[in-house]
Amino acid sequence: MRHPTTFALVFFGLLALLPFVAGSYAVDLVAKIMIYALLALSLELLVGSTGLVCFGQAAFFGIGAYAAVLLSPTDGSTPSLWLSLLSAIVLAAVYALAVGALSLRTQGVYFIMVTLAFSQMAYYVVHDTPLGGGTDGIYLYVKPAWGWLDLDKSEHMYGFIWLSLLVGFLFLSQMLRAPFGRALSGIRVNEQRMKATGFSVYPYKLAAFTLSGAMSGWAGYLFAIKDGFVNPELLSWHLSGSVLVMIILGGLGHMRGALLGAFAFALLQELFRAEAVFGSYAKHWHLSLGLAIIACVAFMPHGLVALPAQLRERLSGRGNRKASVKTSEEQA
Amino acid sequence: MEFATFLIQCLNALQYGLLLFLVASGLTLIFGIMGVINLAHGSFYMIGAYMAYALAPAVSTIFGGEFFSTLAVGLVLSVILGYVLEWAFFSYLYEREHLQQVLMTYGLILVFEELRSILVGDDVHGVTVPEWLNGALMLNEVMTYPVYRLFMSGVCLLLAAGMWFVFTRTRLGMMIRAGTSNREMVQSLGIDITLLYRIVFAMGVALAVFAGMIAAPVSSVYPGMGNSVLIICFVVVVIGGIGSIKGALLAALLIGLVDTFGKVLLPQAAGVLVYVLMALILLWRPNGLFKD
Repeated sequence: MRHPTTFALVFFGLLALLPFVAGSYAVDLVAKIMIYALLALSLELLVGSTGLVCFGQAAFFGIGAYAAVLLSPTDGSTPSLWLSLLSAIVLAAVYALAVGALSLRTQGVYFIMVTLAFSQMAYYVVHDTPLGGGTDGIYLYVKPAWGWLDLDKSEHMYGFIWLSLLVGFLFLSQMLRAPFGRALSGIRVNEQRMKATGFSVYPYKLAAFTLSGAMSGWAGYLFAIKDGFVNPELLSWHLSGSVLVMIILGGLGHMRGALLGAFAFALLQELFRAEAVFGSYAKHWHLSLGLAIIACVAFMPHGLVALPAQLRERLSGRGNRKASVKTSEEQA
Repeated sequence: MEFATFLIQCLNALQYGLLLFLVASGLTLIFGIMGVINLAHGSFYMIGAYMAYALAPAVSTIFGGEFFSTLAVGLVLSVILGYVLEWAFFSYLYEREHLQQVLMTYGLILVFEELRSILVGDDVHGVTVPEWLNGALMLNEVMTYPVYRLFMSGVCLLLAAGMWFVFTRTRLGMMIRAGTSNREMVQSLGIDITLLYRIVFAMGVALAVFAGMIAAPVSSVYPGMGNSVLIICFVVVVIGGIGSIKGALLAALLIGLVDTFGKVLLPQAAGVLVYVLMALILLWRPNGLFKD
C-alpha cells in the first residue's frame, strides 16, 4: 500500500461491495464505522495536517446530529435531505468558527483544554436545558428523503454514508495538495517560519478549524438520521477522546490513517466483545482493548499506516541476518 | 443565604478544592517535569478509593486498626505502583510524541478500570471511618457539619504545607523545580534524571491514590469515579499553569468555590460554570495563571 491512490481504490471498492456479500448486521456495523471514519477524517485535518490537537470534536458532531433532529418539521412531513444536511453543516461550522476564533489564541496543551471547555459547554447546554430533551435525548421519527433516495432503507442509508465518506476523503486529499493545504502543512511543521515567510497563519488555522467542524457536523448528521436518535453522549468528551485515539492508532499525517484507525478501533472493539471468540471473558473486553492499544503504542510508533513499511524493514533485516548466518555456516 | 449555610458551603468548597489539589498537583508535576500527558491519573484516584474499600478487611486482620492502617498500607503500595509503572511503561514514552503518550495512557485507563471490575466488581461501596471522626459539629440549632470533612481538609492542608516545604526547602525540591524549567540543564549538571523522574512519578501516583483513599468515605466508591476527576484536574492544571504547584493550589480552590457555589446558586448551569471559567482565564492568560 505504498500508493495512497491504490489504497483509496481498494478501500472504497471493498466497502461498496460489502452490502452484496454481507448480512445486515455487518452492513449496519460498517455503516456506523464509516460515520466515525468521516469524523476521524475531520479531526485528522486538524491534528495530522495542521498540528492543532482538538479535544472537542464531539461538540461539532453532536451539533450536526441535534440539528438533524431539531430542524426536522414538527408536522410529521418528510424533511428535505439537502436542506437539513446543509443546515446541520452550517450550524456546526458556525459553532466551530466561534470556538476556533477564541481558542486559536492559545497553543499546545492549553489549546487542547480550551477546545475541551467549549465542547463541554455545548454538552451541558444539550444535557441541562429543555432544548435538547435532557439525558434521554430525542427521536427522529421521519427520515429525510430526496427523489428515489429513501433513507429508511438500510441499503440506501449505507450508500449515502459511503458516498459522504468518499466525498469527504476526496475533498480533503485534493485540498491538502492545493496551496491551502500546503500552507497548513507549513504551519504544522514550523509556524514561526511560516510567519516569517509572510503568511498570516491565524486565518489559515481558523479556516481549517471551521472546515473540520463542518465535516464533523456532517458526520453527526449522518449518525442522527441513521439511528433516528440523538442523546447528549454524542457531545461527551469520551467521543472526542475515542476519535483522537482512532487517528493516532491509524497514524497521523495521512488521510488513510484516519480511515484505517477508525476501522481498526471499532473492529477491535467488536472482536473483543464477541463471545464466540473470547467466551465468558468477552465481558471484560475493555481489558483486551486496553492491552491491544498499549501493544500498538509499543510496537507501532507511527501507527497502522506505517506498518507495511515497518514489516518490510523487519523482514528484510531478518532476511539479511539469516543470509549472513547461512554464509558463515557455509564457510565453516 | 443564611450565615451557617454560607459557612457550610465555604467549608465544602475548601474541602473539594483541596482534594482536587492533591490529585492535580501530581498531574501537574508529571506533566511539567516529565512532559507526559497522563490520562491514567484519574485511575490512580479510583484505585485509591477502591484500595480504601478492598484492603480494609485484610489490613485490619494483619495489622489491626481499620482506616489509618489501610491508609498507610495503601500509600506504600501506591509508591511501589508508581515506581513500577514508570519503569515498565512511562520510561519508554519520553522520547515519543505527546499523542503517543495520550494513546498509551488511554489504554492504561481501560486496563485499570477493567482490572478493577474483575478484582472488586462493579458495585458501589461505602467506606466507614473511625468512630471519633464520625460525628458532626453543631453550627447552630439545625445545621451540622461532618467532622470527617474537616479532618479531610486538615490532612490536605498538611500535605500541601509538606509539599511546599519539600519544594522550597529541600534538595529534592530544588532538583524538581530545576527539572520543570530546564530538563537538559539538569541532566548536564550530573543529576540522575531517570531517578528523579521515577521519584516524581511515584510521588504523583501516591498523592492521587491518597486523595482517592481519604475521599472514599465521603464520595463512596464507584466505577468511573476516576474519569470524572481526571478532566476536572486537567482544568485545574491548565488554569494554574502547567508545572506550577502554586498555580494548581490556587486553581483548585477557585474551581472548588465556583463548583460548590454554582451548584447552590445556579443549579441549572452548575456543570458548565467550571468550563466557562477555564475558557475565560485562558483567553485572558493563554498560559494559565502562574506560568512565566
